[in-house]
Amino acid sequence: MTRRTAVLGITAAATTLARPSILRAQSTGRVVVVGGGFGGAACARALKRAQADLQVILIEPNAIFTSCPLSNEVIAGLRDIEAQQFSHDKLASEGVTVIGQTVTTIAPEQRSVMTADGVALPYDRLVLSPGIDFHFEALPGYDQAASEKMPHAWKAGAQTLLLRRQLEAMDDGGTVAIAVPANPSRCPPAPYERASLIAHYLKTKKPRSKVLILDAKDNFSQQRLFEKAWKELYGDMIERIGLSQGGRVTSVDPATRTIVTEFGNYTPDVANVIPPQRAGHIAEIAGAADTTGWCPIDPVTFESTLVKKIHVIGDSCLGGGIPKSASAASAQGKACAAAIVHLLAGRAPETPRLTGVCYNTVAPGYGFSLSGNYQPKGDIFAEVEGGATSPVDAPRELRAREAAEAERWFQTITADTFG
Amino acid sequence: MAALINVPAKARRGDAIEIRTLTSHIMETGFRRTMDGAVVPRDIITSFTCRYNGTEIFRADLFPAIAANPYLSFFTVAKESGKFEFEWIGDNGYSSTASASITVE
Repeated sequence: MTRRTAVLGITAAATTLARPSILRAQSTGRVVVVGGGFGGAACARALKRAQADLQVILIEPNAIFTSCPLSNEVIAGLRDIEAQQFSHDKLASEGVTVIGQTVTTIAPEQRSVMTADGVALPYDRLVLSPGIDFHFEALPGYDQAASEKMPHAWKAGAQTLLLRRQLEAMDDGGTVAIAVPANPSRCPPAPYERASLIAHYLKTKKPRSKVLILDAKDNFSQQRLFEKAWKELYGDMIERIGLSQGGRVTSVDPATRTIVTEFGNYTPDVANVIPPQRAGHIAEIAGAADTTGWCPIDPVTFESTLVKKIHVIGDSCLGGGIPKSASAASAQGKACAAAIVHLLAGRAPETPRLTGVCYNTVAPGYGFSLSGNYQPKGDIFAEVEGGATSPVDAPRELRAREAAEAERWFQTITADTFG
Repeated sequence: MAALINVPAKARRGDAIEIRTLTSHIMETGFRRTMDGAVVPRDIITSFTCRYNGTEIFRADLFPAIAANPYLSFFTVAKESGKFEFEWIGDNGYSSTASASITVE
């Protein structure tokens, strides 16, 4: 956008707003945040806390947010879905305007967001935190309808419960297959945590059953820790076919519950198909997603490199070395809020230094973790010194302590975001 | 691990069919060095051949830039029932074979 069109954009926005009160508010700034998950909610809250006179609008169609972190425990019957659910009431009480609508169009030139009820909301800065959407074209046979038979359970809620019911309905001796996509994808170690917790459920309730991982990757996050735990806890219940053993899933047939890989066909009793992913649809509407399906950003401000004044945080952005996780989304949300406050005041934003942590629970009382530090390096985020992974050889007390820490981490991040 | 082969079990005469192969191999480039500076000797597959009832229908030369566990896929026309034979040849006398049958109707 040129300077001239930017000026025109402001004029256009101002003239459409007849109410003087809104015009006055415009002088301190108005930030619209789309998406009320870990990234968007953290960002909206941080914006309001940093600058009380800032107008902060959070647009999120779901009244209740269901957390993906710890939802693998719901699948395995170790946790109720209610423990995963949070409202935005606290944000509203702090002065964030929460709008329960779906965004239908974004006009970057006019700096305006349109919701499904036909209301146009102008902004000075727009933050998109839409999470992921599924790239159905990349997996022939799989779509919304197929997900009712072969659940992905990669967006927590009804899908989580569907997969749980399918496991509960399965006979002893059955096979549960998990189709795992290549990276980038939401929460890279989560498929393996899921395999572990499903194995825990099966070992307890249906001990003759198996878990089969069909994987489009050869290597994965915390692989040695997972593989050691699998051997220790589940013997040979979990079988994994990696990319170079022909594990990449190329299509599915929901009618016969068949998973087709490059070198074979599988008809498991329960098929958990995690499809390839891309940035949430809203990012695409905004023109912020590139040909990879994800959103390139300036790592200092999280501003899209494709559309000015639109910031993208969380799973949707191309975060370089930062894994797509709740922890990262929350850290990005806060750093983005700080950058926006500086930008609106005409100051240079500070360089963010982010931390992220990821806990994996492979059985009740058995957990491990990975943490990392990330800083802008050139035009991406790079991992810098200071990160740590749990040791591969460690006493069970450490695993128990890390499992307890995982629960505390969840309490902390959800209280910080929604509480 | 033996090689992985994907040839359709059945095809109609004249159909274009896809053949996929994958074999486990380190594909060591010969350009890497160990911590103490010694060159890690090259160890790659150099040639792949596919024969359809004895006639060569596909051949590929492989080079150090090709990643470990080479995956090759190609198309041919299903002409008659019979056998596809695959052969990988490489450094240090490496040789590996596999085969798959097809019924053409």
